[in-house]
Amino acid sequence: MTRHDGAPADTADHEVAVLSAVDVSKHFVVRNAVGNSSVVRAVEHASVDLHAGRIVAVVGESGSGKTTLARLLARFYEPTQGQIRLDGAPVAKGSAARGYHQQVQLIFQDPFGSLNPVHRVRHNLDRALRIHDRRLGRAERRRRAVELLERVSLTPGEDFLDKFPHELSGGQRQRVVIARALAVAPKVLLGDEPISMLDVSIRLEMLNLLGRLSREEGLAMLYITHDIASARYVCDDVVVMYAGQMTEGGPKDRVIGAPAHPYTKLLVESSPDPDRVGTTSRDDQFADAEALGEPPSLIEPPTGCRFHPRCPFAMSRCAEEEPPRTDLGDGHWSRCWLHQVGRADEIGADTYSAALARRDPAEVAS
Amino acid sequence: MNSSFGSNPKVRFGLVVVTFFAALAILGPWLTGTVMGIDPRANDISAIASPPSSEHWLGTTQFGQDVLAQLIAGARGSMFVGVLAALIGTVLAIVFGVTAGYFGGRTDHVLNFVTNIFMVMPVLPLIFIVSGYLRGTGLWMIAIIIGVFGWAGGARTLRAQTMSVRNRDFVLAMRMLGESNPRLIGSEVLPHLGGWVASMFLSAMIGAILAEAGLAFLGISDSGAISWGSMIQAAQSQSAVLRGLWWWFVPPGLCIALIGTAAAMLNFGVDELSNPKLRSATRKVVRRTRRVERAVAAETRTA
Repeated sequence: MTRHDGAPADTADHEVAVLSAVDVSKHFVVRNAVGNSSVVRAVEHASVDLHAGRIVAVVGESGSGKTTLARLLARFYEPTQGQIRLDGAPVAKGSAARGYHQQVQLIFQDPFGSLNPVHRVRHNLDRALRIHDRRLGRAERRRRAVELLERVSLTPGEDFLDKFPHELSGGQRQRVVIARALAVAPKVLLGDEPISMLDVSIRLEMLNLLGRLSREEGLAMLYITHDIASARYVCDDVVVMYAGQMTEGGPKDRVIGAPAHPYTKLLVESSPDPDRVGTTSRDDQFADAEALGEPPSLIEPPTGCRFHPRCPFAMSRCAEEEPPRTDLGDGHWSRCWLHQVGRADEIGADTYSAALARRDPAEVAS
Repeated sequence: MNSSFGSNPKVRFGLVVVTFFAALAILGPWLTGTVMGIDPRANDISAIASPPSSEHWLGTTQFGQDVLAQLIAGARGSMFVGVLAALIGTVLAIVFGVTAGYFGGRTDHVLNFVTNIFMVMPVLPLIFIVSGYLRGTGLWMIAIIIGVFGWAGGARTLRAQTMSVRNRDFVLAMRMLGESNPRLIGSEVLPHLGGWVASMFLSAMIGAILAEAGLAFLGISDSGAISWGSMIQAAQSQSAVLRGLWWWFVPPGLCIALIGTAAAMLNFGVDELSNPKLRSATRKVVRRTRRVERAVAAETRTA
């Protein structure tokens, strides 16, 4: 599968991406108690480019492969297929992880699990700084640690150095985690749902912090989330994943404002949005909850387009062939047969639940 | 955390007893030599197999040796074997278990294979054979043998715990920062195994004291060294039980039982520290629950 066929005129595409995944797949082999093994296709043919100073959001429901993608990019797993490229150069399998992680750092979802409860904040930052630059003296490391804490708005930094994780709130811990990642001066930050475990009241601050790091300090960032509202708030580009595959991508206004894939439309419409009050009532949505179906098995994914069992626009073709990528201009693309058969207008015509209600029962059966 | 550890009556009892015996072991020669002025090996021909008296508080043996002095000297021998064997066993368990659990893969296969071999080996007969072969080499050798043959179970426990800790986010995060494996093990993983290691050490100590006593009783020990086990063995060989010389074998037996109990009590405390769920059943809670149960039973009877 070639990428950037009909290269969109996006400024970011003129320069080489800092970090990119090129057509990566990750399959896990699992065994059950009897010893039968099966293959979980966690991520298939995913490509994503991260550019300095830009935030790419990956959205999708649980089990869509978002976290696996992040961990592939963080090189916790080797991809089964495809390449990870850093500054345009492919990262060799099994090459030293240390150099790579000087450039790419991952922020974990759970700030309560990613700080060792037995160590003070000072230890975390001090080790990171020391590993990054062996020549730094003790006083210099301390000065930098304070600086890092203040960069993530933990002020005064001095006060936080000697705290244990259990003395900090969730938001403060996540800031410490980010400060620790920044200690090695990376070019890329991968955020694996960095705000989903935090209180709603501090999520906005965290998003602002991530946005500031990206815009002011030129970090390339991957922001993984299932919350399309936060993606819209902070990111520049959005990629939508479904069942391990990427279904749609492009600038956030295009993807979220005018979804070109039925699944994106479902995601957008199921996220609470104050501007949309009245168009779909909560009751309507929950009444449809069962009709919306559930995420497919990644061991035996649906044939053709993986979304077809849940799709209100599904045609017989959708169950047979995988849809090709259609470029819609401005870097916006989608994988859906509707674009190939000229029915693309239908996606935006009505709400998702209305379309679902209209779905032809005969076609579902086929 | 510390206050809750010390406030538990079981733990306090354990601490007091273990500290007492440790002090006895450390101060032993000074106590017998300077304070009591009795050599545990000296034979007092004027008092052979005499019951407890003001001169010999715990009586004397068949050979006219003071039992109290022997008991104090024996504490040193038994505690020495217990601590050294437990130390050796725990270190081996950490080296094998944590390394296998942390690295996984081929390392794990090899180390776990060795662990399993040591686990299924008939340890007691082996100790007999080896220590019989090395007869008379002293308490050092006995302790080393007990330690070397007694680490496998602990290694399995630590391996399982390590496997669960090594994939936690904080370990992954520190590895991603470039932390080296030895440092990851030492400073990120091991602190989380502290409770397990402490509890292993204590049970290994009980096991080693008992094993030493058992070996001494069976005559496989250093005949020159004094330990609680060798005291009982001497009493047995002079048929002290038949002759009613209870002051000869009861004190060392009680001491063995006492230090075993104390270490077990300490172990409970350590367990409760590492697993707070065990802490819930205090006497107060039990009493309250019983009261409710009785009330319910009474109610159903009247209804």
